[in-house]
Amino acid sequence: MYVAVKGGETAINNAHQLLADRRRADRSVPAMHLEQIIGQLGLGVDRIMAEGSLYDCELAALAFKQARGDMIEAIFLLRAYRTTLPRFGYSNPIDTETMLIERRISATYKDLPGGQLLGPTFDYTHRLLDPELMQDLPVEAPTTREAETGPAPRVSEILAQEGLIENDGDLPDDHQTGDLTRQPTEFPMSRDVRLQALSRGDEGFLLALGYSTQRGFARSHPFAGEIRIGEVDVEIDVPELGFAINLGRIRVTECQMVNQFSGSATSPPQFTRGYGLVFGQSERKAMAMALVDRSLRARELGEDITAPAQDEEFVISHSDNVQATGFVEHLKLPHYVDFQAELELVRRMRAEHDRNRPDGNVGETPSETLEAAQ
Amino acid sequence: MNKHSELAVYNFAYLDEQTKRMIRRAILKAIAIPGYQVPFASREMPMPYGWGTGGVQVTASILGPDDTLKVIDQGADDTTNAVSIRAFFQKVAHVAVTTQTAQATIIQTRHRIPEETLQDNQVLVYQVPIPEPLRFLEPRETETRKMHALEEYGLMHVKLYEDIARNGHIATTYAYPVKVEGRYVMDPSPTPKFDNPKMHRSQALQLFGAGREKRIYAIPPYTDVVSLDFEDHPFEVQQFEEPCALCAASGVYLDEVVLDDRGGRMFVCSDTDYCEKRRDNGHVGHLNGETAGAVK
Repeated sequence: MYVAVKGGETAINNAHQLLADRRRADRSVPAMHLEQIIGQLGLGVDRIMAEGSLYDCELAALAFKQARGDMIEAIFLLRAYRTTLPRFGYSNPIDTETMLIERRISATYKDLPGGQLLGPTFDYTHRLLDPELMQDLPVEAPTTREAETGPAPRVSEILAQEGLIENDGDLPDDHQTGDLTRQPTEFPMSRDVRLQALSRGDEGFLLALGYSTQRGFARSHPFAGEIRIGEVDVEIDVPELGFAINLGRIRVTECQMVNQFSGSATSPPQFTRGYGLVFGQSERKAMAMALVDRSLRARELGEDITAPAQDEEFVISHSDNVQATGFVEHLKLPHYVDFQAELELVRRMRAEHDRNRPDGNVGETPSETLEAAQ
Repeated sequence: MNKHSELAVYNFAYLDEQTKRMIRRAILKAIAIPGYQVPFASREMPMPYGWGTGGVQVTASILGPDDTLKVIDQGADDTTNAVSIRAFFQKVAHVAVTTQTAQATIIQTRHRIPEETLQDNQVLVYQVPIPEPLRFLEPRETETRKMHALEEYGLMHVKLYEDIARNGHIATTYAYPVKVEGRYVMDPSPTPKFDNPKMHRSQALQLFGAGREKRIYAIPPYTDVVSLDFEDHPFEVQQFEEPCALCAASGVYLDEVVLDDRGGRMFVCSDTDYCEKRRDNGHVGHLNGETAGAVK
């Protein structure tokens, strides 16, 4: 037993060798190529990029394969690589207004400039298992049409024209955008840093918290003002050049929640915002993020803080799945030094307990125990 | 793929130099304010949070090519996580490693302080899971920071008093809170309270790293470290009824080893290097020879 706890290098190496064997599994079945993972398990790759906060499909697919499909392990692999990358600078804010849209829906307007575009969605599919997918049957090419060139303004802009929605946040002119990965976390957070934390936060955790707000724990009366998925340009300012240069495009999902707000002493009744932005295609995550962002603005909007989803320290301290999984799983590490200390105490207290009741009577009242202890 | 070869190239001791500089600044601040928890921008490390990422970052930042590193977990050099962290630094920093306490310039530890008295040329780096000693009395960081700032430690004394009222003892056996240089109450990490007196006026620099919680704190050499107690209930360390079964040492911390399913037990030194050295010097415990193979 003791030998099993004290592993030693040989045992660790053997365990890793066995892991590699299990990962590869049946050698007569061809190994997966990264292209297959990127192409056919793309939403999984997207989640790894989003929560790993590194936009690189190939590395995310590699992490997915290396982690045997364990999402959080893959996210962890990507984060551990990301952290070693030098920081060259910060891009300009992406402009989702100019997004090359693949999907764009609004639940608040029946029709709007730019139109409703369903895109590749699971919505309205019947969730019936499709036996045809067990074979590699030919798949029809999608229907296409000429792209519209007109503008597709964000729903929040449409509401803002009438002054019906609050301004999109004000930060002082000298505010430097925070960087969650380069500065210590301190509470209370500014909204920019909080949104960064939510954007890389665990999808399941944010989903549950967002859901809790819908069920009455900090209800915020949300409407999905707009969800859009597509590609945006990433640009960076190069001081030597004096203009921004394009680094490439990334696919993102953006969700703007529009929430009722009855007004306060300082603000007239108007709609308020909850914002979600996630790498890749992940509506569920973007929507959950927007719900949680809105509920975390409780303090700023002077609302009563009554529910977990409004509690910034609770939400942000526990939203990172790499941190959470590490700490939960560290309970696997040996703790026998501390356990020994507890054993000794419990034995001593039991011995005293026995000495104090020679009749073996176990029905003492608490006050008697207290006296005995004193 | 080109990326494969790029992935394999890491800076000395894994962290990039900017990150090391940031961590060294935090360490310097921590040394300047003994026992104060300095926030730092903890990085993701290639081992999980809760498995020593804070200690690893501190070690990586102070490690030089000429250092000799020792890594222990539960007092032992051969526990799985200690093996893994030692192998990590051999791989990314090519430093010399040792299991001998006296030979190490940096000792990274989880849950123990070596039995052998540390010297002024040594640094002890602790892995810390929850750096905040007040955390289990007050879960909010915003509150606990305020309590430290105001030196408001009444809650901790009430907790210890309640232990005595309920149990007749202070029922904290590890991570036993200490006061550093008469100012900050500090968590010594989950070392058994047996080790607390070793921190007091230690010649070695003691650094504490909490990666997930993003805090670094320190005890400079020759600093007062006093375990909290009451005049009528003075602080006491654990006593073991029998000496080490392998090397006959007493006054050291022992691990209990279950020998069979009939209640058979043996007690052996938790500090494996200390135990081995004593055995090499001819000390023989009452069970040495019979079961030593199983423990080794």
